[in-house]
Amino acid sequence: MSASATGDRRRIENLMTKVYVSAVIPAPAGEVWRVVRNFNALPDWTPFVVESRIEHNAPPDQIGCIRNFRLRDGGVIRERLLALSDYDLSCTYTILESPMGVRNYIAKLSLSPVTDGDMTFAEWEAEFECPPEREAALVRQIGVGVFQAAFDALKQRFGR
Amino acid sequence: MVLVRQSTIIAAPIERVWHVLRDFNGHDRWHPAVSTSTIEDGVPADAIGAVRRFRLAAGGVLREQLLSLSDAEYQLSYCLLEAPVPLMGYVAGMRLKPVTDSNATFWEWWSEFEPPPGWHDELVRLVRDEIQRAGFAAIRAYLGKAAGGVAAAETRSAPSAGVSAATERGPMVEQLPHRQASALGGELRTKAIVVERYGGPEVLRLRELALPPPARGEVRVRHTAIGINFIDIYCRTGYFSLLRPPGVPGMEAAGVIETVGEGVADLRPGDRVAYACPPVGAYSERRNMAADLLIRLPDDIPDELAAAVMLKGITASFLLHDVHALRPGERALIHAAAGGVGQFLVQWARHLGATVFATVSNAEKAQLVARLGADHVILYTQEDFAESISRLTAGQGVDVVYDAVGADTFAGSIAALAPRGHLVSFGQASGPIGPQDVGALAAKSVTLSRPNYGHYTDTPARLAPHVARLFAALREGILTPAAPRRYPLADAEAAHRDLESRRTSGALILIP
Repeated sequence: MSASATGDRRRIENLMTKVYVSAVIPAPAGEVWRVVRNFNALPDWTPFVVESRIEHNAPPDQIGCIRNFRLRDGGVIRERLLALSDYDLSCTYTILESPMGVRNYIAKLSLSPVTDGDMTFAEWEAEFECPPEREAALVRQIGVGVFQAAFDALKQRFGR
Repeated sequence: MVLVRQSTIIAAPIERVWHVLRDFNGHDRWHPAVSTSTIEDGVPADAIGAVRRFRLAAGGVLREQLLSLSDAEYQLSYCLLEAPVPLMGYVAGMRLKPVTDSNATFWEWWSEFEPPPGWHDELVRLVRDEIQRAGFAAIRAYLGKAAGGVAAAETRSAPSAGVSAATERGPMVEQLPHRQASALGGELRTKAIVVERYGGPEVLRLRELALPPPARGEVRVRHTAIGINFIDIYCRTGYFSLLRPPGVPGMEAAGVIETVGEGVADLRPGDRVAYACPPVGAYSERRNMAADLLIRLPDDIPDELAAAVMLKGITASFLLHDVHALRPGERALIHAAAGGVGQFLVQWARHLGATVFATVSNAEKAQLVARLGADHVILYTQEDFAESISRLTAGQGVDVVYDAVGADTFAGSIAALAPRGHLVSFGQASGPIGPQDVGALAAKSVTLSRPNYGHYTDTPARLAPHVARLFAALREGILTPAAPRRYPLADAEAAHRDLESRRTSGALILIP
């Protein structure tokens, strides 16, 4: 790679905002994965999605499928499934449309078994571009209002 | 190939867990299966390709090589080079991830290998239970203990003990040999020389002691060379109360920082450091030490040199620059000039432009001191040195006497002084001086100093100029110490015998 290409990439990366949230879910990773692998199941396990459908009636584990869901506050989001792995227990997707005003948004939800105690280490990370003045609010909204809220719901669901 | 992968959650921030795990040579501090570990060829423990050679608590030696280490990803990997069990093609790694909603750490440890026929179950159990799971439990205990605090640091008073008469109660010995090892889990053990009661060289015994993690403000130093000084003998015999049995003697060493306690900002694992001060405890493989007592070693000052010259060189520096600021043209009498501090005083006083009169006990030492530059060498065993001074100075006497001999020389030193002269009495190799008549000093308007090492070196601000001067004097060849005589740590008894018998000239060091 030429020096200028490296520099370009670095400039772009500097503009990317990252959010990372992780938690321990008190249940085996296989059990947690059964709940979260369904790309169409957000209303079943998150507190903020009221309804969801897969466009064109595609199966929810078909790579490239689009979920179209409505939030409790009325906002509609469309997201495309980019990757799904039953081996790594991970799911990657991108936002096509949303009221949040983010660009190039890619997020990944992944689970890792915690053998000690048979629990799950859950991670959710996102990268996106946004106007600088909105960055702090978006990080809070996505990190706390979405990812952590969903993890809290999982912890409660599997509470021992 | 078999893959054994275990994971756990540690209730500590990722930085704390990583700080312990990233030290490729640090597993003997926390893993119960490992008794001692060293990095081969003296390379840093975080150099890719570094080989750690370690002994199992159960016996047996293993060698493992660091393949990758990433502070950005919090992960490392390594492979086995030699082992007493057939873990063929063994490659292992670990990675950490933060648990953001509870400030904890996810830790995954994997190992891949090819078990020979019939070995599968035993080797999987060994790796899973005795390496990975045992390691998880040990780190949990290790970090839990560090978080709970260690009392050792609080029991220590400020360093204020002396090369000279230290009569105040010294600091507590920090490494007690009677701690219960069984309850300490993965706590580090260190070999150390212990004085179990005051006495002769025979009371110096090699022991293995428990060493807690460094407390707040402390660092753990792995010694590479330890200085031997006369003050260590005074500590061993009980003449000074710096050491209370059972305790580890020694006030001078060089080494490498292995780990830092909380609240230590300016030192990092891997830093080369040295010290020359109380509290005692230097005769050991490793010890904890208050970070602000340590001096960072420049690249061009080797560890063994530092361990050999710090205490003596700093002493010479404050004697010549603070206690009596020696001026060009002054006459200085230096007793025991072939001794460790004496040799430095001769060379440095000459460099400062003084005329140097030196006393020694035999012709061999006289030659040595003459080579160092003394203007006049006096064999005090064959002549009355005070008379010699009178003759050599046409009855005028000397401006200053540096006297560490004590009882045998005190009266003669005063006799050798010029009016308004300065007697700097900083030791008692021949015995305590005892009560003296202060009124008699008026016959010559004598100034008498009785400096205590601690009072000239007890703050970084006081110590730093002497250290800087010493290193500069070594670089510029003002001081040219001979290579120190080396003894294994276990042979501290023999080293003390040699030092006390005056068979040695130049510095002695212990090598752990």
